[in-house]
Order: sequence, then C-alpha cells, then structure tokens
Amino acid sequence: MKNSVLLGTLAFAGLAAAGASAATLDDVKARGSLNCGVNTGVPGFAAPDANGEWQGFDVSVCRAVAAAVLGDPEAVNFISTTGKTRFTALASGEVDLLARNTTWTFSRDTDLKFDFVGVNYYDGQGFIVPTALGVSSATELDGATICIQTGTTTELNLADYFRVNDMSYEPVPIETEAEARTQFLAGACDVYTTDRSALASVRVTYPSPDDYVILPEVISKEPLGPLVRHGDSEWGDIVRWTYFALVAAEQYGVTQDNVEEMAAEAGDNPEVNRLLGTEGELGAMIGLENSWAKDAIAAVGNYGEIFSRNIGEDSPVGLERGLNALYTEGGLQYAPPFR
Amino acid sequence: MTTLSDPPRADGFRLSLLVRDKRYRSYTFQAIALIALILFFGWLASNAIRNPVLRQAGIDFGFLADPAGYDINQQPIPYTSQSSHLRAAFIGAINTLIVAFLACATATVLGVIAGVLRLSNNWIVRKLMAIYVEMFRNIPVLIWILIIFTISANVFPQPSAFRGDNPEASPIFGVAAITNRGFYLPRPYFTNGIGAVADEVPADAAAPVAQEVASNANWLIVLAVLVTSFFAVRAVNAWATKRQNATGVRPTTLWVNLGLWFVPIVVTLVILGLRWEVPELRGFNFQGGILARNSLIALWFALSVYTGAFIAENVRAGILAISRGQTEAAAALGLRPGRVMSLVVLPQALRIIIPPLISQYLNITKNTSLAIAVGYMDLTGTLGGITLNQTGRALECILLLMAFYLVFSLVISAVMNAYNASVALKER
Ligand SMILES: N[C@@H](CCC(=O)N[C@@H](CS)C(=O)NCC(=O)O)C(=O)O
Repeated sequence: MKNSVLLGTLAFAGLAAAGASAATLDDVKARGSLNCGVNTGVPGFAAPDANGEWQGFDVSVCRAVAAAVLGDPEAVNFISTTGKTRFTALASGEVDLLARNTTWTFSRDTDLKFDFVGVNYYDGQGFIVPTALGVSSATELDGATICIQTGTTTELNLADYFRVNDMSYEPVPIETEAEARTQFLAGACDVYTTDRSALASVRVTYPSPDDYVILPEVISKEPLGPLVRHGDSEWGDIVRWTYFALVAAEQYGVTQDNVEEMAAEAGDNPEVNRLLGTEGELGAMIGLENSWAKDAIAAVGNYGEIFSRNIGEDSPVGLERGLNALYTEGGLQYAPPFR
Repeated sequence: MTTLSDPPRADGFRLSLLVRDKRYRSYTFQAIALIALILFFGWLASNAIRNPVLRQAGIDFGFLADPAGYDINQQPIPYTSQSSHLRAAFIGAINTLIVAFLACATATVLGVIAGVLRLSNNWIVRKLMAIYVEMFRNIPVLIWILIIFTISANVFPQPSAFRGDNPEASPIFGVAAITNRGFYLPRPYFTNGIGAVADEVPADAAAPVAQEVASNANWLIVLAVLVTSFFAVRAVNAWATKRQNATGVRPTTLWVNLGLWFVPIVVTLVILGLRWEVPELRGFNFQGGILARNSLIALWFALSVYTGAFIAENVRAGILAISRGQTEAAAALGLRPGRVMSLVVLPQALRIIIPPLISQYLNITKNTSLAIAVGYMDLTGTLGGITLNQTGRALECILLLMAFYLVFSLVISAVMNAYNASVALKER
C-alpha cells in the first residue's frame, strides 16, 4: 500500500511532466479525440443518457470544443472525475479540458496552476432539506447532520458559514453524487449542500421531488467554468473562444438550425461574418479551420439553446436564466468582440 | 580427492558460468535485480525532478501551519475549521489508531474463538465456523465495509423516528439509541474528581445539580486503580501456585480475586462521583452521550470479521501443529478438555500463532485507510484526502502519509515482536 502510493505519486509527477509540456492542440489532433473531464453524473450537467451517450450542459462544452478542433462533436472521451480526482486528472494530462461544475477560485487559478477560461454558469451554494423537517431557512440548521462532497469549495464555505453564524453541525463527508443521494434519501443526513444548480438537478431525480425544498439562502459565489492547465495559452485560447462563440451566437441570433445557412455566404453583420468564417481569418489565428465556430454551433447550438435544452425552464431541471442571461437581458453572460 | 569429471581449468571462466554455475548464479541475479531497481527509482526520481509543477513549487511543508478550513466530525482532540492542517492530520492519525485498535482487539477475540471452535467435536459448530471463515476471507474487505455501512444507513431508524408521543423507535432501556447515523451511548463523567468545574452553578438553581469536572486526569486515576488490581491479582495467583507446588492443593482464589478486581474500582468510582450522561433527542439529532458514527462501526465491524477469519486460520494451524500426543498425555493425566486446551495446547500454539498475528495487525492498520469509502475521517481522509485536495500539495501529503503509516507499522511490529520474544521457547 505504502509503496504503491509512492510509486503512484511519482508516476503521476512523471505524467504531469509529460502532460504539461506538450502542446495540447497537437496531442488532441494526433489522438483524433478530446479527453474531457466531467462529473460522475449530475443530470442536466453531465450524465449518460439511456443510450450511454453523455448529455448535458457541461458535456456541450466538451462537444463544442471537439467540433471546433476536430470537426466532430462525437470525438470526445468522457472521463468521470470526482470532486477529489478532477484536479489530478487535469494536472497529469489525463484530460485536456475539465468541464465539471468547477468553481473558479483564486487558489485553483494560481496555486493549483490552472486557467479558467470563462464562467458557463454563475451559481452559489445552497441547501436542500426534506419538507418534513419543517425548516424554512438555513439559519435554523443548528445541530443538523449535513452531507457534503469532499474536495470541493462546498465544504470550505459550509465550515465558514456555520462558524460565522455561530452554529454547529455534523459533517458527513462523501465522494460522489450517487453516494450523496443514497445517504440523503435514507435520512442519514438531514441536509445536503452543494451548488444550487446541482441541487435543482438532483432534486428532480428524487422519488418524490415535492418532499424536498431548496432553502432560500445562497451562502457563496460559485462561478462554474471550464478549465485547462496553466502554461499552454494557445490551448486555453481555443477553449475560451469556443465558449465565447456560443455566447456570441446567442446574442446575434445564430442557432443550430440557421447556422449552416448563415455561414453559406457573408451577411450584413460583420461580426457574425467573422465568427462564422465568411470574412477574415479568425480560425487561422488560433490554429483551427475557419469554420471552427460554425462547427461548434452546428454541433450543440448557441449558449441559450444549450441552456434551455439541458437545464432551462422547459427541461426537467427547470432553472431560470437569472444571472446567466445575456448582458443585453440583464445577465452576466458576455462575449468580447470577435475581431 | 579424485573426481570423475575434469577438474575446473584455471582459465576456464566463461561468462555463461555466471548463469549456469551455482556458485555465481545467485549473485548474478541479485546484481541484475539491484541494478534494475536502482534504474527504476532513478527514473522515477528524475521524472519528479523534471516535473515543471514541482520545479516551480518545490517541496514545501509550510502549508501544514495554515488553517485547514474544513470541519471533521469525529474529534478525539479539540479542533475547529480554523485549526491547522497539521492538527487535522493528527486528528486523522488518532482516528486511524482508534479504529485500528478496536478492530485488532475484536478480530483477535473472534479469531481465537472461531479458530478453536473450528476444531470442535461438534459437527454443526465446526461447519458453522468453516462457513464463517470461508465467507469472510473470500470477499474483499471493502465490500464488507460498504455492505455494513449501507445496511446500517438504511435499516436503522432515523433520529426523527424517536420523536413524538408515539414514536416508531425508542432508545434501548431508555439510555442508548441505535440510529442510521450511528449508535448514541451514555457517556460516563465525574462530579467529584480533580479538575475544574465545566459550568458555574447558576445561583438561582432550584436544586443543586452535580457538575461535571472537566479534567481527564480522573480517568488516569481509574486506570491506575485497575493496574494495581491487576498486579494484586497476579501476586495472589503466584502465591496460589507456590502453595500448590508445595502442598499439591491449590487454594481457592476466586473470591479474593473477584474482590480485588471489583471493590477498589467501585469505591474509586463512587468517590469520584461517577454519573452517566444519557443522549437525548434535541433538535435534529441526539445530543450528549457518546456517538459511535456508523462509518466507525462499519469499518470496525468489517475489519474485525474479515481479519478475524484469517486469525481463525492462524489459530487453527497453531493448534494443529501441537502433536496429538500432547493432548492425549494431558487427557491421560485427567485434565478436562477445556483445561487441556488452555493449559497445554494454547500456550504452545501461541508461539506459532503470534508471528502471523503480527502481520494481521499490520494488515488491519493499513486496511483502515479504506475508511475513505464510508467517510470515516482517518489519516487518509484528512491528510491524504481533504488537505491534499484543498492545498494541491500532493507529494508532501503523500510523503507525510507514508511516514505516519510507517511509524504505526514499525511500532506495532516492535511491540508484538517483544511479546513474541516473551512467549518464545526459552532454551537454556
Ligand atoms: N463547485 C464546487 C462543487 C463542485 C461539485 O463537486 N459538485 C458536486 C455536487 S452535485 C458534483 O458535481 N458532483 C458530481 C459528482 O459527484 O461527480 C467546486 O468546484 O468545488
């Protein structure tokens, strides 16, 4: 045991050396597929459907990048990571990109040496409780037993929140969403806490969702976004601008249905023309085909379509756009100019 | 001496002899293995040194002094989320030792009983023990841990089931509650001992309530009394043996021994003012008392029954190794089967049983790291889990983790080897 841990660490260190130094874009092209780290299964964000195809909001980021880089949204190896394994997976080069409701924090960006390329969901931490407990506010949770996923910002926020409010609690640390579900539904913890988006997503999968409420308090800022390793800015640019292309597409009314038509010839919006490659050479500047953004949009739709298909009000998860509306509609989603 | 073959010629050394000749072969292979090993570790080390992340960050244990930021449920020593990572690591280490100690004790008891009973003359008992051994040692211990954990989370009642006028569940004898979060047990405390009183008695308190004194020194007093009793009983037994050797009749010591065990400790506990704090349902959970979380119970129980099965086999092997003649001779002297076992067979079998028992204890200690599967906050859960993950200091944490486990294992080996030496055959 002891030896294998040592060897594992050193081997991991070795892999990291290999992974971090090479140009990720070349690796992905040579491999012909993108290795994308996702979570172990949160419906709406990333979960395999009945046919074993990964679907979801975060999965769409992976597919968009695969479409932009390789021209094929199916050329993705999805790798499930837990809150604890995700950073090792990215740092070691096991995944090229992590799209796994991961909060952008100072220390992850600097000390852990990752680059967050954007925020695809502005979120905050919340609590879910069985209605039968009769709790209506997080301030009534003194003495409760709380399930938390380890290795997350969640467990740190929780400790701070209870300390600041002078309350006590009994933490039950768990590794995956599936475990959290078992424990929470069995009543082994009174409360389950994580990002509110994830709470909304898992609530609808409970046997009787109406027996559970998400408390009104939002105890933290959780800007969730895709991230890559430090030190390969070219690859970071590709992922960042692929994501912005999806946001810009929503702003300019480019959809999965009309993108082929709009990309067929230059229209009268020069920014759309540059985005879709009918004008200028933006693709070449990031080492991709000129149709990169068109391919990404054709594969997964624009940001608004991705949102409503996977987690929007018409989907089972039923989240409002809220902060995640475009800036033109009072939200925070904003793509810098394509020029 | 004359030999049939040609004598080796002085110039007859060929390279192939290194492999074919018995005199050189073992050296050759050992040298090859050594070189391969050095190359392998050299490769790993150079990889680690060339790692760009490590190069930038270096190896730095400074993070151990930073606040940990996370909470731990089972805290044998005081801890808050503002305590340091180092303290969190020590909490984990103590939790590891707690479950390792509990599991070693119960596994030994289980193992000895099952091992002895497996040789019983009673067919049913024998077969039952065989089933126990085969079932538990042939299924991975991780699976047992998960099975027991899942069962306890789903079968036992929630604390809320104890609520209301007509609750679905009620505490055993009104003092201990078995819930799906763990077992809530009464907690003993002292009201007259040494140490400070925890809370000031309110001046307007209706009836004077005995207050708890906080110092753990009282438990040391209890321990000292027990140790004294132990040595007193040993002295009585030694005296009885001497009498037996001299007169052939062993004086009855049972009552004296029972008295020596119980009277001093009961008197001590009364003087110290022993009280029990009974867990009570308040708010979301039972409050007060001692909580044995179901993560601890699952881990403890699974490690005990699993390793117990292996120990049973060691015990059986040890007993079978004692020649039948010994048993028969003892029986011929008129000893009853129970005494044959305890006076003649087991003491000799012990010499064979103890060395593999040491390995089993080491196995238990290392297997406690499976705690991670049920969220028991052991060393792997704190230092090797949350701390590693939140700080990203993988190499430092793993090195420290190895050091901790290595120390545990070496200490256990040393203690057990000393014990082994004390029961080993003393040759004169
Ligand atoms: N945003 C937080 C928490 C992320 C997180 O782990 N969320 C959980 C809550 S649902 C999750 O995605 N679990 C899915 C899984 O276990 O794979 C962080 O980055 O630390």
